[in-house]
Amino acid sequence: MSFELFLQYLTNGISLGSLYALIAIGYTMVYGILKLINFAHGEIFMMSLYFGFYGVSVFSMPWYISFIVAIGMTALLGMMVERAAYKPLRESPRITIMVSAIGVSFFLQNLAIVLFGGRPKAFPNVRLLTEVMQIGSVSFQRLTMIIPIVTVVLLFALLYLVNNTKTGMAMRAVSKDHETARLMGVDVNRTITITFGIGSILAAIGGIMWGAKFPQIAPFMGVMPGLKCFIAAVVGGIGNITGAIIGGFILGIGEIMLIAFLPNLTGYRDAFAFILLIAILLFRPTGIMGEKISEKV
Amino acid sequence: MKIRNTILTLVSIALLAAFIWYADSNFDSYKIRILNLCAIYTILALSMNLINGFTGLLSLGHAGFMAVGAYTTALLTMSETAKQQNFFLKPIVAPLATITLPFLPALLIGGVLSAFVAFLIGAPTLRLRGDYLAIATLGFSEIIRIVFTNTQNITNGPLGLKSIPNNTNLWWTFGLALVTLILIKSLIDSSYGKALKAIREDEVAAESMGINLFQHKLIAFIIGAFFAAIGGGLLGSLIGAINPIMFRFILTFNVLLIVVMGGMGSITGSVISAFAVTAGLEYLRVLDESINLGFVTIKGIPGLRMVVFAGLLMVVVIFFKNGLMGTKEFSWDKLINFFTSKKRFKKKEVGQ
Repeated sequence: MSFELFLQYLTNGISLGSLYALIAIGYTMVYGILKLINFAHGEIFMMSLYFGFYGVSVFSMPWYISFIVAIGMTALLGMMVERAAYKPLRESPRITIMVSAIGVSFFLQNLAIVLFGGRPKAFPNVRLLTEVMQIGSVSFQRLTMIIPIVTVVLLFALLYLVNNTKTGMAMRAVSKDHETARLMGVDVNRTITITFGIGSILAAIGGIMWGAKFPQIAPFMGVMPGLKCFIAAVVGGIGNITGAIIGGFILGIGEIMLIAFLPNLTGYRDAFAFILLIAILLFRPTGIMGEKISEKV
Repeated sequence: MKIRNTILTLVSIALLAAFIWYADSNFDSYKIRILNLCAIYTILALSMNLINGFTGLLSLGHAGFMAVGAYTTALLTMSETAKQQNFFLKPIVAPLATITLPFLPALLIGGVLSAFVAFLIGAPTLRLRGDYLAIATLGFSEIIRIVFTNTQNITNGPLGLKSIPNNTNLWWTFGLALVTLILIKSLIDSSYGKALKAIREDEVAAESMGINLFQHKLIAFIIGAFFAAIGGGLLGSLIGAINPIMFRFILTFNVLLIVVMGGMGSITGSVISAFAVTAGLEYLRVLDESINLGFVTIKGIPGLRMVVFAGLLMVVVIFFKNGLMGTKEFSWDKLINFFTSKKRFKKKEVGQ
């Protein structure tokens, strides 16, 4: 393999990893605060693509306005899901909430089939993002550069929000202990809703860039990225935002490199993520950045 | 008392047999198919309830075990010519090409193979807890599916298997459902079952009582996987065609849904809910078809059925948190008490 080809694969891997990372943050934040695997996150990601698609193709808005509207609507959807499906179950056993989460994901998938049709649609092509650039002998879409930059900027913004603002402090307090946070005057429900909103916004930004990169959208497209991004969150250490980013990069680059170096294993591309997950769970269950949790009796 | 209960049980089994005998010759094929599906989902729900409900392990790997059972049963029962017709891209591997077994041994081999897979999966992952176990088992189930998609010369890859001999009938499905019910019920009532429930309630307390956590969890997991494969084999034989797409996560979810709606840790609940959910899904088919009201025709929306179904499920999960039965079980004593104690209850009310 020539060096140029390797660089080509690496840039691809980095941009795919950045997309995984953006979606993984949503999983990790919700898990950190509610100890819940939000199975509906992949479907929220899928819905954001449809919102973007309808804005541009049906309501013929300019793409930048349509994408901002799509991000806003996705945030609203994420918060609505939390209010309708998770809030009534705060005190229930974990499995009930998980079934509720899977139920929401199932519901949104089928709703998408009824509303948007089962046939795949083509995501609008934005010239500004998809134009091909050339650096040396490596050629790539402009998007491939934009995605990692957006991801890193959003990461720093999020870290600032969590560590330096009052909302962030409330989020950290709630993730440690709901009851104590409530006694300290934190509005627990509002904080959880905000967390879902932020996670959904990041999923929508990831979704729109995903659509620009892989311009085909279908009601079931959220399942695999959803599972993989959850794996990225676990690999990085669930509950840890920087960990989610690292996990996303490991997963994205690893997946592309597997195809690059072992082309006859391409069929096992999706299995790579699961094998990585099981390896991590067996040897370092708290993930790369996760803190060790001591068991209380 | 005990003799009375045994007699009542035997009578109801005889009634069930009479019903099957009647249904087998009088019902149309659509109704028979639904009844078959109900019985198969009963097997699946019972096997999952053993793992998730009674042992308290969050396992989401059922679809993988079902796939192992369905593929093994199909490959072992198909005739040589049927296999040749199926495997036109790549010929099937040598020993499988010529083997043809009767239905029951094929099902059992599928079950044993799946139990072995469960042992391989369970040995490393059952040390994990809660959500981590759920994700690991889900991952393994997906890996099984991806492997089946890529082994063209064993499973025919993404094309799947067609014209699987249709051995399933009401006697097989209801018979095996009954066997599963009796075996799992006696397991739950044995000392093993009590240990499993102890693990569900409190792992630390159970361990300090001398229960080997890992060994008990593994046994529950393996037995659950065995019955899941039996269910999968029956399902493949009923439908007549299988492919890897069938065994996606959504299948596991369907079974989990039945278990949760029936009540985690209630055998009675699982049975009732398996029948209710399977039949309910068929009744909701009305929504997908056009409704003619005489003067106006309401056009059916394809897919609406599943939306309504998912919505109903959400309502049940949110408002009936413990499912239909909770952890309660049906027993003859309770039933008879229910009918005989009504008078006494009324008297008390008057006395107040």
